[in-house]
Order: sequence, then C-alpha cells, then structure tokens
Amino acid sequence: MTGGGHGAGPLARGVAWTTALYLLLPISIVVPVSLTDQRFLSLPYHAPSLRHYANLFTSEAWLGAVWQSFWLALASTVLAVAAGTLCAIGCWRLGRRSSEAVRALMLLPLIIPSIVYAVGLYRWFGKLDLLDRFLGVTLAHAVTGIPYVVITVSASLAAFDPRLEQAARGMGASLGQTLRWVILPRIAPGIASGAIFAFIHSWDELVMVLFITSRDVFTLPRKIWDGINENLDPTMAAVAVLLVVFTVLLLWADGELRRRRES
Amino acid sequence: MNALRRDAGWWALLLPAFLLMTVLYVAPIVQVLAISVTEPQPGFGNYERLLTNAGVQRVIGTTLRVCAMTTALALLLGYALSYVIALARPAVQRYWLLVVLVPLWISVLVRAFAWVTLLRQQGLVNQGLQAVGLVDEPLRLVWNEFGIVVGMVHYMVPYAVLPMLAGMREIDPRLLAAARGLGASRRAAFLRVFLPLSLPGLVAAGVLVFIFSLGFYITPAILGGGKTLMAAEWIKLQILDLVRWGMGTMLATVLVVAILATLVLFSRVVDLNRLFGGARA
Repeated sequence: MTGGGHGAGPLARGVAWTTALYLLLPISIVVPVSLTDQRFLSLPYHAPSLRHYANLFTSEAWLGAVWQSFWLALASTVLAVAAGTLCAIGCWRLGRRSSEAVRALMLLPLIIPSIVYAVGLYRWFGKLDLLDRFLGVTLAHAVTGIPYVVITVSASLAAFDPRLEQAARGMGASLGQTLRWVILPRIAPGIASGAIFAFIHSWDELVMVLFITSRDVFTLPRKIWDGINENLDPTMAAVAVLLVVFTVLLLWADGELRRRRES
Repeated sequence: MNALRRDAGWWALLLPAFLLMTVLYVAPIVQVLAISVTEPQPGFGNYERLLTNAGVQRVIGTTLRVCAMTTALALLLGYALSYVIALARPAVQRYWLLVVLVPLWISVLVRAFAWVTLLRQQGLVNQGLQAVGLVDEPLRLVWNEFGIVVGMVHYMVPYAVLPMLAGMREIDPRLLAAARGLGASRRAAFLRVFLPLSLPGLVAAGVLVFIFSLGFYITPAILGGGKTLMAAEWIKLQILDLVRWGMGTMLATVLVVAILATLVLFSRVVDLNRLFGGARA
C-alpha cells in the first residue's frame, strides 16, 4: 500500500470487490450461454456445443450485417479522423482563448443525447435524400465520432513542444510541410487512439440507425436489437462473445499505442 | 499583418470539422427545436401539454426518479471503487482500471442482452434461486423499473469512476499518512481529510452520470420492455409510431435544455474538457 501504509479499509474494499463482480460477471455470463447445446438461452445441459457459432458463421443475415457495420465504421472513422485531427491541431496552435468555442462545439455530440440528434436527422436527411443510404449513416457516424478524435489528438498535442513547429516554420517550411513532417509523425499514436474510439463508436451505434435506416442499410447493432426484441436465440450470445473479444482486442491495441506514446 | 496571414492557415484547419459539425449536427438539432414551436401549429401549444397532459408528466416523473436512483447508486459504488483504486499500489491499479475500462467500451447492446439472459422469468438468476429453493415463483426482475436501474447503474459506474478517480489521484497520499500519524482513526482521516478533498470529483461525476442518464435510450428500452417508459423511448414512440412531431420534439427540447442548464449550473465545478479528456486517458 502506498501513502505511508494508508490503504482502503475493509468496508471500501468489500464494496469495491462487489462492484467489480457486478461490472464483470454479467458480461462473462454470455460465454457459457453461447456454448449451450439447447435451442433457447440457457447454460449447457449435457456438453458444451459450438452449434450456435456454426449457425452464426453460415447465416447470411448475420454476416451481411457484420460487413455492413464494418465498412460503415471504416468509412466514418476515416472522415472523423481527418476532420478531427486537423481541427485539434488548429485549436492547439491558435491557443485556448481563441478556439474555446470551436472546441466546445466539437464536444457537443458527447453531451446532447443521441435520441435528440436522431430525431433531427430523420427530418434533415429526408430533405437531403440521405435516408436509408450508406452515405447518410457514414456522415452521421463521422460527425458524432469527431469528439473522440479531437480529445485524443489534443491530449497528445499537449505533450508536443510547440518550439519544434516554430523552428520548422522559421526555417521556411510551409504549413503543409510542417504538418506532414513535423507534427503528424509526433502525434500519430494519438491519432490511432482516436481512430480506434471513433471506430468502436460507429460499430456500436444504434439510436441514429433506428431512425435513418430501414431495409437497405442494416447494421449489426440493428440486427442484435431485432434479435433481443423478437426471438432470444443463443446465436445472439455467440455474437455477444465475439463482440466482447473484438472490443477487448481494440482496447489492448489502444493500450499498446499509449505505452509507445509515453516511452 | 504577417502574423494574421500566418494564423489564417491554422484557422483553415478548423474548417472541415466546423462545416461538418454545423451542417450535419447543429442544423438538425436546431430544426428539432424549431419544430417544437411550429408543429402542429405555431406557438407554445406543445409546451402547454407539460402542464395538462398526465402522460407526459408521468414520463418525466419516471425519468427523474430512475435517473436520481441511478446517479445515487452509481456514485456510491463508483466512489468505493475509485477510493480503492486511488490508494492501491501502481501495479494493482492497472488491473482495477481494466475492471472499469473494459465494461465502459463493451457494446451497450451486449450488456443489455446479458442482463435479459440473467434476469428474465426463465433467466439464470430465477432458475438458480428456484433450484436452491429460495423462491417458489420466479421473481419479476426485469421489464420494470428495477431492471432498468440495474442495467443503467451497470452502464454508468465507469462514467462515475473516471472523474472521481482523476480528482482522487491529485490528493497527496501523505496527507492521509500525516492524519493517521497525528492520531486520527482511519474513519476520521477519511471523513475529515479525504472526503472533503474528493468532493469536486464526486460532484462532477454526479453531473455527468445524471445528464447521461436523462437521455439514455437503449438500456431502458430493452430492460423496461415497453412497460416503463422513460423520456427517450417516449420521444421515439411519438415520432416513429404516432407521428406526433410536435410532442416528440417538445420533450426532446426539454431534454436538451435540462442538460445544458445542469451543465451551466455546475460549470464551475465541472471542467468538461478535462472530464471527457479524462474519460479516455
């Protein structure tokens, strides 16, 4: 224990451990359920079985949804990273005072509930003829992914020595050259971090999708949502397990990036 | 003049994000606010329903009650967790942090699905309780307010921990050691030294969890099973099922105003940049 031997007391430890179990156990329960040999949600009766995974990987509906979500997340991440990174660099260089309002604007999607945005989008995209179109969802997810990029890139810029940039400009480098050769290489891990979070954001997003898509665009969260509301079959548990594994892998990648940034 | 022209290049970097944000984010939301005072007819007719319509009032009541319970429980559990993390050795801290960060990033749908698997009538919890003989009839654990609160607290604890932990990490641990050394009991050291210093983080966490809960859609919709309506689901019902745009956008506007008002009210305690920056760092 740190702090000259002052650790948390037994009461705090008890509550903390209980909370940890409360946070983790429900998520891990999907693993045994996904291995059930029954046709309904239950623990395996006789022996664990992989039939629901087999079911998942041969189902065109599930695979189609996975691919749509993947391409959507990729496209919206590219857009969010490009816009968000440039914006973070601009705000950083212009200083807090002058760019405060712009930064606040970029954080809005984290604060305003997505249901409000989804309602507005439904009407707005109707006018722009973007309903139920890949481009429409990409734009919506990109815009709401920008805050994650702005935050992570700003964090890595905070550790960047501004004199390097001034030196480059002083020696006659153009803005583009300074960006390309001085700033971007230094903040690359921060950008990658932002990309990971923007990707997860789009990959998981459901509320906007419920409003602005119907048949042509059908994402994975939408498919899970329908599954929960209509038939709770154990294939869903298999999907849940794969999603958990996927998220943990992305978080692990982010941790590695952070470590590289710090060293 | 030269400086101004050089700055113009940096301002231009803000342009793509600014355009995307205004045209595709701010404009649709401003439109929501506009619809609430123009449809079905111009005026504040929709807002008058706040005073006269028992349905809306019930939804607002449920929303506030569930959010208050969620915030209180998430703060309590989150505080204990942050306290233990803040005082743990660095090597142990990393594992505790995983306990917070992994659930934070796992799909909200996966989590709601897990809770349904556990809590429904034929779910694992009821099966277990009946197998042990603790209950004869399955308990009603989901598709009511209880289920919603269980799922929402589960979602919100990590959001409560991050700002509180950021605050607690700035508390010098030697203060606690000094208090103990001067003869204070563990309890007294906590109550008179640690707790007051951690209050700003606690308030920030409370504000964050409360405003996130207010507009939360997915978890209440799944775990409430359509029987317990909260604000977000009621808005969806008005727009997509009943096509009453005026009413739907009215409550959406109320939601936004309530959230922004809460933030302004607490802006002295809550540094948003730090809060959201801290959530990922």
